[in-house]
Amino acid sequence: MNDQATTVLAIGTKKGLWLATSRNRRSWTLSDPLFLMQEVPGVGIDTRGGRTRILVGTRSEHWGPSVVHSDDLGATWTEPERGSIGFDPDDGAALERIWQIQPDSEGRPGVVWAGCEPISVWKSTDGGEHFELNRGLWDHPHRSEWGAGYGGAAAHTVLPSPADDSIHVAMSTGGVYRSMDGGTSWEPRNRGISAYFLPDPQPEFGQCVHKIARDAGNPRHLYAQNHHGVYATPDAGDTWTSIAEGLPSDFGFVMLAHPRRPGTAWVVPLKADGERIPPDGELAVHRTDDGGGSWSRLHRGLPTREYNAVLRDAAAVDAADPVGVYFGTRGGSVYASADEGESFVEVASHLPDVLTVRAAVVAD
Amino acid sequence: MDSVSVLIPTLLRPLVEGRSEVVLPADAPMTVGGLLDRLSEGRPLLERRIRDETGALRRYVNIYVGGEDVRRLELLDTPVEPGDTVMVIQSVAGG
Repeated sequence: MNDQATTVLAIGTKKGLWLATSRNRRSWTLSDPLFLMQEVPGVGIDTRGGRTRILVGTRSEHWGPSVVHSDDLGATWTEPERGSIGFDPDDGAALERIWQIQPDSEGRPGVVWAGCEPISVWKSTDGGEHFELNRGLWDHPHRSEWGAGYGGAAAHTVLPSPADDSIHVAMSTGGVYRSMDGGTSWEPRNRGISAYFLPDPQPEFGQCVHKIARDAGNPRHLYAQNHHGVYATPDAGDTWTSIAEGLPSDFGFVMLAHPRRPGTAWVVPLKADGERIPPDGELAVHRTDDGGGSWSRLHRGLPTREYNAVLRDAAAVDAADPVGVYFGTRGGSVYASADEGESFVEVASHLPDVLTVRAAVVAD
Repeated sequence: MDSVSVLIPTLLRPLVEGRSEVVLPADAPMTVGGLLDRLSEGRPLLERRIRDETGALRRYVNIYVGGEDVRRLELLDTPVEPGDTVMVIQSVAGG
């Protein structure tokens, strides 16, 4: 990695946003809190086109949710007056929370996706300043049957394919939905994913898929961390098979994929639905380098005792070489690895619950 | 009196030019909803802070007319008379 580059790590928490910066991804400088007392469940860093734009989904208990952005690494922020995301009066719904802000690929400049609560997907074509509701998913006949997990009913992951017009969305609860036509129409793609909490444990939809990630080598290859169950699909979600063997638990929230190397992904297992702590209270990241055939337990630099969960969006990778891996806990600790998970350093501690992290190498 | 005084909480004052009180002309009775419509004219950000897209008062925003909580009255249909004082206050929320 270029030592002259700066990496920025955005940390969204239950009570504000922090920005950490580093020249070497080992020693970090932490900002003062931004948007203090506002929940920050969704952050996106868009580095396309030579501009670094940090997009932040905020939510005030009093004043509601909003999307703000900064083009100067957090020195100043802009909030569109009429709001970036908002339902029409005829929709009969109000935005509750922005769970995901996902810049599209280089080939679609200006396109940014958002996944929100209530379950909805939004698309911006102006870099995240204004979003349009995806009507195909909003009007889907299944919508009335999608439910709420503990954190609320949300489309929490949006994965546009860089290779074609397909998009995958994961929602809790509802499972994985796929569009092959850029978001016009959607179909559930959950075959093989368990929903043990339902009378029919293999329904067409209704699963509580916690996170999905797309493989770098084959855009049709995806990984999923389910509410119990870790899966991979070779065919864009037509069929999912378990890759949980070798992990200490098949429960957790995180799924990360390497931005370039095929077959490499990371999870952060938790013991079980009913015991949401690292197995044996020992925090570790697990990495596969063979598409889920085997897993390595990585914990160097992590605390030996940890009883907090790592939430679904509270983990991220950067695009550097070697790839940086980042995650934060509900106990407010944030860790960074500059070597793909082999070792970690603590970036911050004693923050509020970490809800999301995003990292990017930015131009000086 | 042909006006209504709206008291603005500290956190929303940047959206009303820094003022703690906005006096709106009112030569006839209106509703709280109508008053908010007038207050928000040219101030879409203020509107979003107080009401959501459905027009509902946000859960943890309280409005008092003459010292009475509109949630105990007729909510946004609560009448406002010329000369009234209307308070917008954030309620207790957040852990």
